[in-house]
Amino acid sequence: MTHDFDLAAVLRGEYAELIVKGIETTLQLALYAWLLAMALALLLVTVRLTGNKLADRLVAAYVSYHRNVPTLVQLMMWYFGVPNLLGESTQMALANYNTEFLFSVIALGLCQAAYFCEDIRSGLRAIPGGQTEASRALGLGYIRSMRYVILPQGVRNCLPSLINHTVLLFKNTSLAMAIGVMELTYATREVENYTFRAFESYLVATVVYLVFSLLLMGGGALLARHFNKALAR
Amino acid sequence: MFDIFSILQNNWTLFLIGQYPHGPLGGLANTLILAALALLLAFPCGLLLALARVSPWKGLRWAATVWVYVLRGIPLLMVIFWTYFLVPLLLGHNITGFMTMLCTLVIYQSAYLCEIIRGGIQALPAGQYEASRALGFGYMRTTIWVILPQALYNTLPSLISQFISIIKETSLGYVINVQELTFAANQVNNQLLTKPFQVFLILAVIYYLLCFGLTQLAGWVERRIARKRMGSGLQTVAPDAVLAIDN
Repeated sequence: MTHDFDLAAVLRGEYAELIVKGIETTLQLALYAWLLAMALALLLVTVRLTGNKLADRLVAAYVSYHRNVPTLVQLMMWYFGVPNLLGESTQMALANYNTEFLFSVIALGLCQAAYFCEDIRSGLRAIPGGQTEASRALGLGYIRSMRYVILPQGVRNCLPSLINHTVLLFKNTSLAMAIGVMELTYATREVENYTFRAFESYLVATVVYLVFSLLLMGGGALLARHFNKALAR
Repeated sequence: MFDIFSILQNNWTLFLIGQYPHGPLGGLANTLILAALALLLAFPCGLLLALARVSPWKGLRWAATVWVYVLRGIPLLMVIFWTYFLVPLLLGHNITGFMTMLCTLVIYQSAYLCEIIRGGIQALPAGQYEASRALGFGYMRTTIWVILPQALYNTLPSLISQFISIIKETSLGYVINVQELTFAANQVNNQLLTKPFQVFLILAVIYYLLCFGLTQLAGWVERRIARKRMGSGLQTVAPDAVLAIDN
């Protein structure tokens, strides 16, 4: 390296602004995509639980597609491919907005929904059938046996993998830079381009990503402990 | 929609092998070579890390744990940028995009493979270790002759799943212009300009067929191992517990 280590060089003025804005965008992206993914996953799991064969196949195909195609390719598909199908007038209308963010949320959300769906489903499947039968035999209706017997156990079962995949989603937001969303990774590259201080700018971004990931993992561990305690009571 | 076939007809060599033999090897062939080399090189690293994480020496355990958590906590793209920047500094000369991506994948996957192998080791009944020690084997010999053969065999399905992850991760090489499958698709897209949906659909289908096939293989191996284990009366380990580490 030709210059000394100087963290302040990338953390002042407009560079700090770029980075803070990047963190904001990353968090927004993660939050919206997570909400979309969770809502869709709950819907997909419900569809699978109804036992309709055709619906089951369709959901399985959805999950299979999203798990076997790289997330980056899914992003490109949404950002470059889908607007092309919408016809010229819609494309023109879309060109006025910054659609990168929107399409990233959709792509990341739909992709992660497949993972969440599988997490929840395997969490529910791990509960022995006797649990439902016993609660129904005790006179609980479908809703109440779900509410008091099945779901509390299901949540406990699928929590670890849900946390893992939430961290994965958070990390995947960095892929959005490939289609031009100005999130943290994109901002970091910008700062590096301006200041020529690769080490310092990467260090800042790495620490930020790491802190949020570890917070998610730690929060997940606390949550898991909470649920286990509730069960022991 | 029938454009897909004409696009494939005109560009199938680019998708398959890139500009080879008139230029560097690329396309699907390069994706597979990159992924296979990454798994091959990351496996010994992951194995050593896993042994460090379950070793009786505290300092070693601690260092391996930090390595794993740091890599699991940052996006692959950040690791790519770090490698892109640091490896030339360390070596004193520039390296190709392919080598950058290979180094990145080895570093990144070493953490994930470590967790998989550790899961396999810890899933073995403690009696295996104790019996081997009681028979007079030392720590090293117990690990090499008793623990690892069983643990590695049991983690085989997860290793295939991890290979699928690696294949998917090679697509990020596109960001630093590694000539692999995603890069080839973008080349085709830039030539045609008007057919992005069709081009990326072809790309998605190629990845899908490849990864779906491997998923089926992993499932088959897993069932086979489960059958074998049941036959030999060994304790069964929930394969999900190992697979849950990552996608």
